[in-house]
Amino acid sequence: MDRSSDLAIDSVTGVDVVLPVAGPGARAFAFLVDWAIRTILSVAWYVVAALLHNGGWNLIAPLAPDAHWFVFVVAPPAAIYFLYHPVWEVATHGSTPGKRMAGLRIVSRDGGAPGIGSLLTRNVFRLVDSFPVAYALGLLTTMFTHNNVRIGDLAGGTLLVYTPNGTSLAQIPGQAIDARAAEVLSELLQRWPALDSQARRKIAATILKDRPAEADEDLRLQLETLATRGTQ
Amino acid sequence: MSESTRENALRLTLLRRSELWKSAAARARRLSRKRTDDAADATAMADDYRMLAHDVAKVRRLLPDSRAREYLEGAYAQAHASLHRPAWHVGYAILTLFRDDIPSVMRWLRPHVLWATALFILTIVAGYWMVHTYPDLIALFASPELIATVERGQLWTEGLLNVVPSSVLSLQILTNNIVVSLFAYCAGFLFGLGTVYVLGLNGLMLGAVFAFTGQHGLDDDLFRFVVAHGCVEISVMCLSGAAGAAVGEALIRPGTTTRAESFQRAALQSGKLILACALLLIGSGLIEGYISPNPAFSLRARIAVGVSYWIFMLALLNGWLFGFRRLRSGATA
Repeated sequence: MDRSSDLAIDSVTGVDVVLPVAGPGARAFAFLVDWAIRTILSVAWYVVAALLHNGGWNLIAPLAPDAHWFVFVVAPPAAIYFLYHPVWEVATHGSTPGKRMAGLRIVSRDGGAPGIGSLLTRNVFRLVDSFPVAYALGLLTTMFTHNNVRIGDLAGGTLLVYTPNGTSLAQIPGQAIDARAAEVLSELLQRWPALDSQARRKIAATILKDRPAEADEDLRLQLETLATRGTQ
Repeated sequence: MSESTRENALRLTLLRRSELWKSAAARARRLSRKRTDDAADATAMADDYRMLAHDVAKVRRLLPDSRAREYLEGAYAQAHASLHRPAWHVGYAILTLFRDDIPSVMRWLRPHVLWATALFILTIVAGYWMVHTYPDLIALFASPELIATVERGQLWTEGLLNVVPSSVLSLQILTNNIVVSLFAYCAGFLFGLGTVYVLGLNGLMLGAVFAFTGQHGLDDDLFRFVVAHGCVEISVMCLSGAAGAAVGEALIRPGTTTRAESFQRAALQSGKLILACALLLIGSGLIEGYISPNPAFSLRARIAVGVSYWIFMLALLNGWLFGFRRLRSGATA
């Protein structure tokens, strides 16, 4: 279960908080989903705005484009494409739709939500991570750095971890025994050989209310079954 | 009783607390999404945190590869994040950034600013000298269209507003300038060499173009075009270079911290200055789109705009606009 790349954070309770760090695969998946979303949104905006601006089935820029063309047709898709990550991450304190789908979120080195400065810095450094093409440098650094971080994460002091609330608890056995009874049961079985028959029966009766066994050996087996499976 | 029987009993005891975990996890989730001013809620969160820590420690030993552990680790991490989330108010954060943070970054970066400015001036002089001495070298720094226009006795900026509207021109210019500024900062990652390259290239180009226009008697016109927006634009170029140089220096000589920590600190600190630079470049882009190419503005008006905006830049970066000086004098009194 413990992985060398997990992030362990000191806590005042004395018990470290352990966050599972995302690897290059999960990061790449989240990035591709985000890339697809921002590309689709940008293209969709351009197509609709160009059709409206040209007043017909024509997507090509006019020979002498006016301010309206740039402000309503060109600038918004460019803004959607290039500002997608910083805007989402700042607005959601470290998440994007792609990261959510991959079950990831951005955290600071102390495990908390990253500040705006950290988020903006990690996004500015995409200029370096995307070098020379297709985020090759960023991908390589996520493969070889300690917490699978890219250069932007190193600059911003951030990393990607798996979101903690994806797991649900299984049906817990042992509904027939409560916590206090389990402690008593544990102590009873530990001291079983040292107790006389009367003491064994008396204490066992407080736990096995419904079916007290007759023989000592049967009683012990019944208690061990209860301790092991939680049912009588 | 065997050890395994005892451990099974303890496991069951632990798992019986799952309802407590669920309620603690729900509270941590709720408080991570929205803030609360309910003291009882906050106290319950602190109690939950201790309870979860206790159970995490037990579950790590008793149920190391279980879904219960995964769930509990997640709930504990979320409780930790909710409990340790710093107070944040957008207005106060912006005020602190411009009143305290950016002025202190400016003080920290003063030597870098001096070095970056010296390098920039040196490369301007070098570019000027190169083209002044060997005019053919202008082909290294300028496009054939620009060279042809100047050789016809015209500046490429003439009639610019007839081709592109001011709003579009401003948008294009400020976007381009901000990208160059960000690149000068990020390129510091290459141990400062990238920043030196960006600064050097821009300095050489500026010097070369001034020398070339001077050879065709157009340097006064170029100065007239540049002066309104150039004072701040060139200063921001040097400031971005200084931020990049600080990032590079942090990698070259990290001091007592690790290289990664030193890089992170320098990037985050100097990044605050880059934010101010980006804001200044928006104003600069608007001036370059609306005032610089407009022949209606006299040289005197352009100089006034350029110098005023440069003084505004100084005031912004030194925190004078937000009472930094008052605060300091109050602190020392």
